Amino acid sequence: MRELTYHEMGLLDEEYQQIKAFLGREPNYLEVGMFAVMWSEHCGYKNSRPLLKDFPTRGAQVIQGPGENAGVVDIGDGLALVFKIESHNHPSAIEPYQGAATGVGGIVRDIFTMGARPIALLNSLRFGELDDPQVRELFAGVVAGIAGYGNCLGIPTVGGEVSFHPCYKGNPLVNAMCVGLVEQKDIALAVANEVGSPIMIVGAKTGRDGIHGATFASEELSEASRGKRPAVQVGDPFMEKLLIEACLELVQEDLVEGMQDLGAAGLTSSIAEIVSKKDRGAKVDVALVPRREEGMRPYEVMLSESQERMLIVPRAGCEDRIAGIFDKWGLDAVVIGQVTGDGRLRVYEGKTLAGDVPVQALTGGCPIYVRRGQEPPYYQQARGFDPAALPEAELKAALQKLLASPGIASKHWVYSQYDYQVMTNTCLAPGKGDAAVLRIRGTQKGVAFSTDCNSRMVYLDPFRGGMLAVCEAARNLACVGARPLALTNCLNFGNPEKGHIYWQMENAIKGMAAAARELNTPVVSGNVSLYNETAAGAIFPTPVVGMVGLVDNINYCCDLAFKEAGDLLLLLGGFSDQLGGSEYLYILHGLEKGEVPEPDLEAERRLIDLVLELISAGLLRSCHDIADGGLAVTLAECAIAGQLGFEVELPTAGGRPDAILFSEAAGRVVVSTRAQDLDKVRSRAIRRGVDVQILGQVQDGNLVIRRGAKELMIMALQEATKLWEGAITCLMK
Amino acid sequence: MKFGILVFPGSNCDADCYYALKDVIGRDVEYIWHKETAVTGFDALVLPGGFSYGDYLRTGSIARFAPVMPAVVDFARQGGLVLGICNGFQILLESGLLPGAMLRNRSLRFICDTVPLKVEQSNTPFTNQFAPGEIIKLPIAHGEGNYFCDPATLEELRRENRILFSYSSADGEVCEAFNPNGSVANIAGIMNRQGNVLGMMPHPERWVESILGGEDGLRVFASMVNWLERQGVPA
Repeated sequence: MRELTYHEMGLLDEEYQQIKAFLGREPNYLEVGMFAVMWSEHCGYKNSRPLLKDFPTRGAQVIQGPGENAGVVDIGDGLALVFKIESHNHPSAIEPYQGAATGVGGIVRDIFTMGARPIALLNSLRFGELDDPQVRELFAGVVAGIAGYGNCLGIPTVGGEVSFHPCYKGNPLVNAMCVGLVEQKDIALAVANEVGSPIMIVGAKTGRDGIHGATFASEELSEASRGKRPAVQVGDPFMEKLLIEACLELVQEDLVEGMQDLGAAGLTSSIAEIVSKKDRGAKVDVALVPRREEGMRPYEVMLSESQERMLIVPRAGCEDRIAGIFDKWGLDAVVIGQVTGDGRLRVYEGKTLAGDVPVQALTGGCPIYVRRGQEPPYYQQARGFDPAALPEAELKAALQKLLASPGIASKHWVYSQYDYQVMTNTCLAPGKGDAAVLRIRGTQKGVAFSTDCNSRMVYLDPFRGGMLAVCEAARNLACVGARPLALTNCLNFGNPEKGHIYWQMENAIKGMAAAARELNTPVVSGNVSLYNETAAGAIFPTPVVGMVGLVDNINYCCDLAFKEAGDLLLLLGGFSDQLGGSEYLYILHGLEKGEVPEPDLEAERRLIDLVLELISAGLLRSCHDIADGGLAVTLAECAIAGQLGFEVELPTAGGRPDAILFSEAAGRVVVSTRAQDLDKVRSRAIRRGVDVQILGQVQDGNLVIRRGAKELMIMALQEATKLWEGAITCLMK
Repeated sequence: MKFGILVFPGSNCDADCYYALKDVIGRDVEYIWHKETAVTGFDALVLPGGFSYGDYLRTGSIARFAPVMPAVVDFARQGGLVLGICNGFQILLESGLLPGAMLRNRSLRFICDTVPLKVEQSNTPFTNQFAPGEIIKLPIAHGEGNYFCDPATLEELRRENRILFSYSSADGEVCEAFNPNGSVANIAGIMNRQGNVLGMMPHPERWVESILGGEDGLRVFASMVNWLERQGVPA
């Protein structure tokens, strides 16, 4: 194999000089490779770290914030949720099935590495438009890959989001989130302290797959990327299932001092991470690492990203018991080295020293780049656009088009491929509510999860868009009856070396941080995916928020389906006629412009508190927030889910009807309630300072919207159902 | 009365079956590891869903060679009740305890859903708590649930009343439009000739509490319990 230059490994000249300074000599090939992967953006966060400091990370509910394999929050009863979201964008772009499958595998390992039983998966996916056959192939491959891996593990895939936009054509986003449940006493950390402890590797054998995966994830995609298909790993979910069960047995019996999965940058990263926290070092012999292929060099062994491998540092005296458990599950555990006290990572091949680097240089020595963001010209131009000059689209035709657009239409084609019921805890399955809800056995409680980001809004106004992503995730949790607890995020952006991309990152993160602070949902874990660009340009800035919440009483959670004719329909949070950034402008007028409606964080918090109060008092029969497609789409979705129509009357004052029906201004929720509960709902809303409007009522049959005496729209329920349910299936035929 | 739940390394519905039997209907249950070579002291066995040994080849094709399987086959031959769910059904087919074979779903995609089923026979150890012809709902989740058998076998299954569940409409119509996976004659579950082994693709253990959506699955287990209890007291 031809040797790569350090440039080809993604290192800059000044970074190479820094490595030389750390070592006091020229690094050899193995050492350069180790630094290159550890100092890649994917592992080292060299462009994003200064910005991430903005995030609030503390709170009474936080047990473990950023810095470990995943974040941990307290849910009472001695239990905790462990969760994180991570990207697998670049691998999925060139090998959709395996790229997505191994994305699931990686995030699941992060969770059980912490000692938690994985209980749920979610996915946030973005693709180009489905009229393109190449995009359809990517879309189908990614969904099948997620299904193939998650279903085999027996972890339910309960939620997520899918959207489509030309900016993702060559660079789809595949973000996978996993949530685990753990007894707080069993939380395991990736720390090795005891000098002389053996270091074991267990799981799959090491091959040449995935070498420089972390580096590859940190550069733009091009025609040449296809040639990097070997940098994509191949997944073996059965092996992962064995690892989950075996590792959780180790934790149950308290046999390990530290445990760390092998992910990006393989052995190099996991050894460095596990020993660096206590300033330890390690001595490993690559000749002892079980191989899948012959003739692998130390460089390849140390950088391989072969999947389904774990690093274990046993507690003293527990080695035999550990070997027994691995043997039961048919796994080979091999000692490959030991923890040392000198802070150096020394790599041997048999007796020969192949590499010797200071651990802290690998983990903490990574250079940090504080760049300067530059406001792009599009920002002010788009903001200045006034939709008032637009021709008014025919309202019924507009709703038809929106319901049938893949971003809004039913995602049944996707989630019906995921086993969302296994483990028998799923109370609100995909499509049933604004968030997924699982019960926690042995308690009255439930937990809820959602992922959100409206990337067009972030593009048009990164600061407001960042706030909106957090607000929407929190609102979605509230709509099912869950109090938002904390969040994880996956920050997908273009090339940060470009001024306007850095500006997008900077502002989106500021917006997210502001909202997370106001809503008391600290950031406990996350992942950064930069360089999401192709020759056609960068993706929309897409900082995906994954949030978890707690339902106090599982018997009081709420879905989005209308329940009975005669129930009253209320709008909480007021009407709006701001169309900036809406699907309506995009789908009906082909415009991605306008001022993004400014979120009112304080009002959002009051709305969330009100919705939670109403649900726990049993006053709501359905609850659904206003998001993509605005009020009209929200109403239609509730109608379709409950197979009931509605009759709604808009106020005669306040803006054009298309603006009122399709505005996506945040902080608003549509609920239905029994007629006799109206006063109770209204008085609680007034007490919390939330605007309540009576929209109309649920009825059999048609979707009817009036304004004064004028009938604005009438659509048969069956028609709405057919458009919404059939759109994606039809495109994928 | 004691139930045994087979555990292959890739089983992933074993804990769900355990929970349904132990916590929901309060019966004695024990796991049986795939490396065991005897199954004694059990009144009924459940082969749960999952991916027994990864199932990269053909579902259940390796599991039939598991150390525990000869004992399971003996148990069945001696008349013990055996329920195979999803992957368990696939393993029963591969090991010859039930006739026919499983193909990939017609759509070539994994399907997770909750579907109506017609209970075709209600005088069996597995369905005696259902009304004849009752329409129930149960979850399905499989990639290879497209049941296939030759016409002679189908004729035999029909003649001997061994089709226990068929995919149907909510009104009980059994036809192609309500066939989720392409199975011959909408077959969702079949029994052996002796009447003590049932294989079914739907997951009764997932539908045992109203909070999960429904309780129809409970009656499959209740039927087995009822049958075993009545055997103790000859009519």
